[in-house]
Amino acid sequence: MTTAHRTFVSYIDRTREFYAALGYERPYQWAHHEEVPFAPLAKPLATCRVAVVTTASPPGTHARPGSLRAGKAVWSGPVDPAPERLFTDHLSWDKEATHTEDVESFLPLAALGSFVASGRIGSVAPRFHGVPTDYSQRRNVEEDAPEILRRLREDAADVALLVPL
Amino acid sequence: MSLVARQLEAAGLPTVVIGSARDIVEECGVARFLFSDFPLGNPCGVPYDRAMQRAIVGHALDLLETATLPRTTVQSPFRWSDDASWKERYARVDPARTEGLREAGEARRAAQARTKEKGGSA
Repeated sequence: MTTAHRTFVSYIDRTREFYAALGYERPYQWAHHEEVPFAPLAKPLATCRVAVVTTASPPGTHARPGSLRAGKAVWSGPVDPAPERLFTDHLSWDKEATHTEDVESFLPLAALGSFVASGRIGSVAPRFHGVPTDYSQRRNVEEDAPEILRRLREDAADVALLVPL
Repeated sequence: MSLVARQLEAAGLPTVVIGSARDIVEECGVARFLFSDFPLGNPCGVPYDRAMQRAIVGHALDLLETATLPRTTVQSPFRWSDDASWKERYARVDPARTEGLREAGEARRAAQARTKEKGGSA
């Protein structure tokens, strides 16, 4: 029906076509901003504490069919020991092409640990944080993002690595 | 997640997003973005490929140090595989299946309406 106009997949186009085929009349309005805030790195990376934020949910989460927001709220887990599994079934990763059994492929705690050992970064924050994927941008902006910021400050994180699946 | 990145930046906390949905992240607009041109699910590298995962995270750390302006996108040099057919398959509407998709959509809307009646959130 459509041809690819880019070498990378346009998920905005693809999901619009898919949901139109499902009979949804109004396409999802993806977030768009003209202005983008930018915080310069304030000190050498070798002295920074790095935190990780994921869209995965805690192991054992159960999603209701049709519900995107399996985890209802921001959550946190220890980086040591790193989780062996996280719940990702409710997220729109490519279930034909790959899998999420290797947590390190989306929550790179071992990689960061090796950069601490080599002196590239100062440390890894003691917790990673999870943010729910939500149809509601309002809830992401008004509830989830401020809570992530609060927890990162509590952990004295200097920078954040954000990894959406 | 991009919305979270924006708030952290606005509060003075530098961020870097590692992701595979390039258009969604760039449309939202973030400070620093390392783009992995991979199927959604493994932005930090092919499962169990520790060397690749470390390299990708290293590129993200580089970006924290080198970016001087917002909307800085760097593409990871890694390819998923020689076979790029996954790009065509993801959520592709097969013309032969349109009837089935519409029925699935109707079932889904009915389920969502029932959830709403019960006072839950869909």
